[in-house]
Parts: sequence; C-alpha cells; structure tokens
Amino acid sequence: MNHDAEREIEIVREELAVTAPTQDLLLPLLLDVQRRLGHVPSSCIAVIAQHFNLSRADVHGVASFYHDLRDAPLGRHVVQICQAEACQAVGCRALAAHAEARLGIAMGTTTPDSRITIESAYCFGNCACGPTVRIGDEIHGRVTADRFDALLSALDGRP
Amino acid sequence: MTTPIYVPNDTSACSLGADAVARAIESTIEARGIKARVVRNGSRGAYALEPLVEIDTARGRIGFARVEPQQVADLFAAGVPDGRHPLCIGRVDDVPFLKSQQRLTFARAGVVDPLDIDAYRANGGLEGLARARSLPPSQIVDEIRRSGLRGRGGAAFPAAIKWQTVLDAAASTKHVVCNADEGDSGTFADRLLIEADPYQLIEGMVIAAIATGASRGFIYLRSEYPRARAVLEHALPVARRAGLLGRDACGAGEPFDIELRIGAGAYVCGEETSMLESIEGRRALVRFKPPVPAISGLFGQPTLVNNVLTLAAATTILAKGGDYYAAFGVGRSRGTMPFQLSGNIANGGVVEVPFGATLRSLVDGFGGGSLSGRPLRAAQIGGPLGAYLPPALWDTPLDYEAFAAESAMLGHGGIVAFDDAVDLGEQAEFAMRFCAHESCGKCTPCRIGSVRGVEAIRRIRRGDAAAANVALLEDLCETMETGSLCALGGLTPMPIRSILRHFRSDLIPRDLIAVETRS
Repeated sequence: MNHDAEREIEIVREELAVTAPTQDLLLPLLLDVQRRLGHVPSSCIAVIAQHFNLSRADVHGVASFYHDLRDAPLGRHVVQICQAEACQAVGCRALAAHAEARLGIAMGTTTPDSRITIESAYCFGNCACGPTVRIGDEIHGRVTADRFDALLSALDGRP
Repeated sequence: MTTPIYVPNDTSACSLGADAVARAIESTIEARGIKARVVRNGSRGAYALEPLVEIDTARGRIGFARVEPQQVADLFAAGVPDGRHPLCIGRVDDVPFLKSQQRLTFARAGVVDPLDIDAYRANGGLEGLARARSLPPSQIVDEIRRSGLRGRGGAAFPAAIKWQTVLDAAASTKHVVCNADEGDSGTFADRLLIEADPYQLIEGMVIAAIATGASRGFIYLRSEYPRARAVLEHALPVARRAGLLGRDACGAGEPFDIELRIGAGAYVCGEETSMLESIEGRRALVRFKPPVPAISGLFGQPTLVNNVLTLAAATTILAKGGDYYAAFGVGRSRGTMPFQLSGNIANGGVVEVPFGATLRSLVDGFGGGSLSGRPLRAAQIGGPLGAYLPPALWDTPLDYEAFAAESAMLGHGGIVAFDDAVDLGEQAEFAMRFCAHESCGKCTPCRIGSVRGVEAIRRIRRGDAAAANVALLEDLCETMETGSLCALGGLTPMPIRSILRHFRSDLIPRDLIAVETRS
C-alpha cells in the first residue's frame, strides 16, 4: 500500500472514530470523507463497510448513487456552472461554452494541470440572479463572460 | 445609540456582492467614527434591488438599491446617509414590488437579523407555538384543516390529512421530516425562508410535533445551499438554548429535537420516500406506496413529511387561526403562496400573494417583463416537471385546479420566464435529459423511457423519421406518465407535452407540421 492510500485510510478512520455505527450516518460519513479527501477512494470502502456492519456492495452502492460523491479527485478548484432552466433563460449555455473555450477543456473535465474542473450543476436557488456559478461555498450571480474571467483570475495566486 | 445599517446576507444578495458591501460599510464607519453598526438581515426577496442597504429613520426603513462596494465611501460621505442620496429608493415598505404583496409567511424576511431569536419573538414569532402548546393535538389538526392548507412542496396534498394520519397512528416513536431538498430550477422560497427566518421553520416543526406526537425531527437540506446550511447550524443550537427544542419542547415534558441532514446532489431526494431512504443511509431509491410515510415512514415509523413552506405556514395558522388563513385564496387553493419569479425577468424574487391572481399579473406586473428587453415568449411554471405556457394562457388564475385544467401545475410556485430567443425544442430535449440524469433507476418507464425520449427528440429535431418519432415520443410520454413510480418519471412528460401543444413548430420540422395541417 503506498503512502497516499495509507494516509487516506487514516483520515477515514479518524472520521469513523467519531461516527456511531448506525446506517443513517453512512451518508454524512461519506460526505465528510469527500470533504476531507476530495473523493471517496475505493480503497476505503471495506473499512467503512466493516464499521457499519454492511457489505462492501452496500457502501459502494451509496457512494456511487449521489452526484456529490466522487470516486476520483477533481481539480483543486471546482467551478460549477448552473445549467438548469432559470439560468438557461439568461444564457448559461453560452457561459458554459465560454468557459470551455477559455480553459480549453470540456464541461465535466479538469485542466491537464489538475487545477480547475468545470462542470454542470442543477440549481443553487439563485434563479432570479442567474447565470449562477459556484466555486467552493461561494455562489456568484449575474455571471457574464467577463465576470467569469474575473472569477478565474481571482483564483490566480491560489494553488 | 448606534444606528443599525442593514445589509442582506442571503445567497442571492451575496451572489451580487452584499458581503463586500457589508465589509466596505464596516470599514468606512469605523474609519470615520460614524455611530452605526452593520446588521446582516435576511433578504426581502426583491432581488432586482440587491444589494439593498437599509437604514432606520423616523419615517421608517429607507433603502439604497444596488449598492456597489466602491459606492460606499460616497454613500457615507456625510455620515449615515439620508433620503437625499441618489441611490435612495425611499421607504422600502412603499416599493411596489413589496407593497403589493400579502406577506404572511415572509412578513419577517429581510426585516430582522435571521439568527436573533429575540427579534423573532418581538415580531410575532412563537405566538403560534404558544397557542399550540395550550391545545390538545386534535384541535391543532382541526386548525390546519380549517385553513385549507395544502402541501407547498408541489403535490398540494391536504396537509391536515397527513397530520391526522400521523396523529392517529400508534407508535413508540414518530417523526417530523422537513423536506428542504428544493431542487426545482426556478424555486428558491424554501432557501430564502431558511436564510431569512429560520426560527419560523423550527417553530412550525415543533407545532407539527405537538400535533402528531412526534419526538424526532429531521431537516433534509440540499447540499447546493451552503448558506442555508450555515444559518441552520447556528439557529438550531440557539433554539435549543431557548427551550424551543429539547426535553420539554412540546410542553408537558414531551421532548422534540431536530437533526440537520445534508443531501448529496440527488434531485430525486425531493420525492419524499426517496428522501427517507437517503436519511436512512441508502441509495435514494423511491419506495412503493402504500404504505404512505404517515403510516410507515422513516425507520418504519409514522412520519409527517412536509415542505419548508407548509411547516412555516402552520405558525401563521396557529397564531391567527385557520379561518384567518382560509380567508385568503380561491376555490380549493386557500391562503397565500410564495411564488418565485426568475429566469429572464426584470424584477425577480419572491412574491407572496393569495391564490387567484393571474399569471400575467406576476410576470408582467411584479416581474416587469423580460430582463433582456425582448418580448417574453414562454413561462415554465412549477419547476423542470412543469408546463411551458405561452402568453396567451397567462390570464389563467394561479390556482391548483385552474392550472390542472390547462394540463399544467403550480407545483412549488416557481415561474421561469423566457424571451423570444428561447428554442423550446431544446427545452424539450433538456427535460428528458434531466430526467435521465436524475432518475433513481428503480422503475423502467423513468430509467429507460427518459433515455429513449432523449433519442426520439434528437431524431425529431434533426428531421430523421420525424413523424414516426413524434408518435413514439407521445407513446413514451403516456407510458412514463402512467407507469412511473414517482413524480420524476410521471411528470417529465408535462413540459414536453406542453411544448408539443403550444410550441409545436419549435420541436417538429416545418415539413411535418405542413403535413399535419393538411390532414
């Protein structure tokens, strides 16, 4: 087992240590793991399953069902562009096309340097102020192409 | 005495820069020694005005609209600004967008600091709970019944029937689950209520617990609402310390507490049984009904599942009486409804009015027409599963039954406006694609039908055997509507059929329309 995998298991164990082994806490646990590691590594499924007295298939089934849980890390900055109807009405499709052109990657993919992922999301409840972009826990409204570029520039100087 | 300067902190105001405005005001008043302090209120939901800075004056709260951080220095050049500054829009209560509303549920939104429980109490909060604590459970349910309240989440099921069923069910543990998985595009009233007036939701849940005999509560909040999450993470401990939750929450030594659970990006969790599966820690597969959750819900126990706005309305109904609430509205749609205007609209936001107003009065009146300045061509009502309606039908009254008569639905009250640049063929394809993306996979009509639907629509749009594929699409719509387990597959045909009916030439090639017209 390589160093990264050991570290990941260690973090999962830390989270499990403060989680009662009842199944209703499985999803909160997986979200905590996702938050700390940026994904839910498949190598951690067994230890999670053992903690909750579930089968690995049960845990994998939950981890693979929800869009927020990933089996591989995304870019260091995840830029979500709302593609739902209210944002469609104010040009979010063109904004997504602009993002793709600007970064040279398709929606749902990550820049080759693993820095930025752009992906679709469906509604941040900011529907009266679209197009809407989420970066981390910050939600930005009325995002024009220029404002999008400014948001990307603001990530410069961060890793 | 320092003057409070109100700067909203809800998601939308902050998406337009309210946090930066608040920081600029704080540093300006400190640097200049102005006797004032920044209070972060919720938002009033008049989003065309955000960031809306408000200041108390002898003639009431006055507002300064669309404030940008770089304008703050000028705004406070002569101390606390008054009505003579060019950004001033006068008394906020006189703004037509707000003045023309009938706010029962959103009366406090944007007025007070959402986390200040004393402000909540001072502005009418907890009156409903005080009354509920003095009534036997059956009389609380009677008040709900008299109010005519129907589920605000979208299905519009009579609330009192659910409440009565849970009350009548015998069990050692019962639950109240608040569905805050507001996933429909064009809806944000749940989010605004939580961010601007969270104690109202908590109070509503305690009232529901007293009425049904529940001891455990859950709020299932979607992960796309990080600010609402932060507000609830603050508000729940405050409510516990105030005795609103905890060992004696229901009075007479009866306990009730609320756990916050965060979703993980699955739209289908807005469906109540799928949400219960998710809380129990499983894949959010829809359950067969019966049994309904009111009989066998969370952990197999009787469970009251209601939307945020349904539970919030209970506070008004208990405080002022079911008859007071029922006096608003039309037909079988009683009370007020917080509609949400969004998309290509000049004045978007929350518009709480009694049922019965026309769709046009909201889109053209409150909404002020399109944001782009181009003519509006369609409005989608009730979320991604709702119908697209052309302006010719906008005189339909906002009433559950009147919309059903137009093969449409009010749903959770979202109204998304589109100008004449919209391609409804593209919207029809999106409706099917969204269903394919979000289907839980349990039932075949939704899981497979949506994928086949995307394919059929793509073939129609490029003119590939269009007539045969239109027939296939119509057949698919019928199968999904009648054969799906839940509303996701069952209602995806609604937007598509509305486009086939009202915007046919957007979806179907011109030569086929010509054939249809001749025959």
